[in-house]
Amino acid sequence: MITANEYTFKILRYDAQEPEIEPHFESYNIKVITGLTILLVLLRIRDEIDGTLSFRSSCRSAVCGSCAMVINGKIDLACRTQVASFGSNTIILEPLPNMNVIKDLFVDMTPFWNMYEKVKPYLIRKNPDPEKEIQQSEEERKRIDQNINCILCASCYGACPVLSRDPDYIGPAALAKLERFVLDSRDERSKGFLETVNNEKGIWGCDTVLRCIDACPKDVRPTDSIVGLRKTLVKNKMKKIFGAAKDED
Amino acid sequence: MLYHDVLIVGGGLAGLRAAVGLCDKYDVGLLSKVYPIRSHSIAAQGGINAALANNPNGKDDTWEKHAFDTTKGSDYLADQNAVEIMCQEAIKIVYEMEHWGCPFSRFPDGSIAQRPFGGAGYPRTCYSTDITGHVLLNTLNERAVAKGVRFYPEWFVIALVTDGGMCHGVIALDLKSGEIIPILAKTILFATGGYGRVYFYSTNALINTGSGIGIAYKANVPIKDMEFVQFHPTALIGTNILMTEACRGEGGYLTNKDGERFMARYVPTAMELAPRDIVSRSIQTEINEGRGLEHPLGKYINLDLRHLGAQKIIDKLPGIRNICIDFIGIDPILEPIPIMPCQHYSMGGIDTNEKCETDIKGFYGAGECACVSVHGANRLGGNSLLETIVFGKLASFAIDEYLQNGEVKPDESLLIDKKKEMEKKIDRLVHEGNEKPYKILADLSKTMSSLVGIFRKKDELAQAVQNIIEVKERYRNVHVSSPKLYMNHELINAIELEYMLEVAHTIALGAYLREESRGAHFRLDFNTRDDANWLKHTIAQIGKDGEPVISFKKVTITNYQPMERKY
Repeated sequence: MITANEYTFKILRYDAQEPEIEPHFESYNIKVITGLTILLVLLRIRDEIDGTLSFRSSCRSAVCGSCAMVINGKIDLACRTQVASFGSNTIILEPLPNMNVIKDLFVDMTPFWNMYEKVKPYLIRKNPDPEKEIQQSEEERKRIDQNINCILCASCYGACPVLSRDPDYIGPAALAKLERFVLDSRDERSKGFLETVNNEKGIWGCDTVLRCIDACPKDVRPTDSIVGLRKTLVKNKMKKIFGAAKDED
Repeated sequence: MLYHDVLIVGGGLAGLRAAVGLCDKYDVGLLSKVYPIRSHSIAAQGGINAALANNPNGKDDTWEKHAFDTTKGSDYLADQNAVEIMCQEAIKIVYEMEHWGCPFSRFPDGSIAQRPFGGAGYPRTCYSTDITGHVLLNTLNERAVAKGVRFYPEWFVIALVTDGGMCHGVIALDLKSGEIIPILAKTILFATGGYGRVYFYSTNALINTGSGIGIAYKANVPIKDMEFVQFHPTALIGTNILMTEACRGEGGYLTNKDGERFMARYVPTAMELAPRDIVSRSIQTEINEGRGLEHPLGKYINLDLRHLGAQKIIDKLPGIRNICIDFIGIDPILEPIPIMPCQHYSMGGIDTNEKCETDIKGFYGAGECACVSVHGANRLGGNSLLETIVFGKLASFAIDEYLQNGEVKPDESLLIDKKKEMEKKIDRLVHEGNEKPYKILADLSKTMSSLVGIFRKKDELAQAVQNIIEVKERYRNVHVSSPKLYMNHELINAIELEYMLEVAHTIALGAYLREESRGAHFRLDFNTRDDANWLKHTIAQIGKDGEPVISFKKVTITNYQPMERKY
């Protein structure tokens, strides 16, 4: 049966162009039928009650990565979160942390994209491409299964405790993206490329407290990627040392 | 005033592919309503067609067979010269995307995996589980990042400036600053996507308003075959989220309330893998004749995957399983998925030729916003991703050729005038009127879903046109609550709404005038195809009085003479 219940949505409002008005919660009371998502309610609030409310949205099916926010204290996509899933008639919505608010639930994603670009997030080839596809076994393809699910929604970026104290830390999404290419059997970037993240702003910055894994709506595991990259880096080093030792023999 | 040699509007697959092809040689700007990676190409699930002949059951597949399937699927309304080009290019662009890093699923021999899809004689749909659009869009976004393409994310085009048969630029609105900015450009490519959101029930993203098509139309660019709207057979009930055709390609069944695989009564040879127009009509007929199932959100049919087994569902359709669990609390391993047909794809759009050229010099269209036409009256699954990348690439060739051949001088003064006109218009939106934009859109989209749907008839279509004329009248009185121009989503909705009204008007009018049934356009009062009178494209152009003027255009036939479309 479809039933309608009255809900109170408390939304953190702020306009960076009017900084004299402090961030504050505004409440909206709205009747919600079962099965409705947070995003659909936000759209209704903007249409019917308050045309000035700001948030991002597009696909409404958890694939485009637009609508990550803090919902009752937990980061998730507004489009895949059911209003009725909290056992409470009050829903509190806040913008994604670790980024500046432009307006309300709409944050400035620029630092997130800058970090993404830093890892050279694209396939690097040295050999000329074959006429047909570059061969890849099913097993090799499976290695990147988890990494390619990332929708760049920045949920992990918002959840990361390291980023909250060090905005120069590269962040979980960029490192998971880097590992996606390092693990890809077709990628031919030089092993030395990992040196660019071999520091406290890169793979050694992570606290490994798994908040990013918790926050990811697509079951990507950035901490595993970071640990994986650390291992690869150490392995490369060892090879170099032993390789060098061998040379001396 | 900003300037670019090439201005691309839209950051989905078509726009990105064109940008990547041109940015080494020209000053390219790519403007998008969202960050390009959020574009609706991301939501495509099932795959991309190319006759690679990798599948053990399709070793003798060729591009010619792909072209034949596409033409037949189009109910012979596609322009066959364009179809042939697309199907030849398909093989090249799939390899190109693979070389650029696209993680296609693989066969045991290490080649790109291919699965069967509706309306295709061979298993030629290349895929990456059920997130093919996602991996392709990521790959092209990555390529654009590698090449340093200049993006303008979260900018909206609010008008196109054409004059004397050529284009001069656009007027844009930057969401974050609220600035209204003219952009002068020698060439402009619209890759702005489809018009799904003029329908109340649609699988499309909220950004798929079709405003790009409406903007071009208002700037005197002819638009084509707007009445051909694809209804996807399997959208999740309530949310209308797409359940990919790959569900059936992998062996899923459609069953009615008696548990019967009813497709046996409609298309016994192809069963669930008949083309989309036919499957959608079959499902709707089952529902209309009382063999659907009941749900608080409406009547539905079951999409049953259970017999595929847990492992196949997890391996091949993981995204579908997640969506079902997240959005309706159903695990398709254990329960059938409740589906109904709903608006999915826009076959019609900006009238372009096989080189993406329009009637306006320097103005191009590619992807879902364009109508070449390669899909004719009905698009085959797996051909939309293909069209975007192929024609994004071909647009880059055409633009290069145009810029090489002679001096192009866009006129700045026309942009200054248009900017003033748009400022006036926006001023009126925020200061006058009392109609809420969302109410007008709801009335428009409900009209479209109820009167211009899967089954159409004269009196309902006439009513739809009448309703649209009425909501257009109400639009004159539309009002936006905040006068601030920055971060004003309601303002942008109101601006886009004007263009959506025009788009809807041409769809309903085209459907009213076309007295035959062809592909996705099914008239209960003219229920057969009529090649003698209607083997032609519908062209809509804005008249001097602002009303649409309809004319017709020849279909290009090369190798495949129209015959009865049987499966």
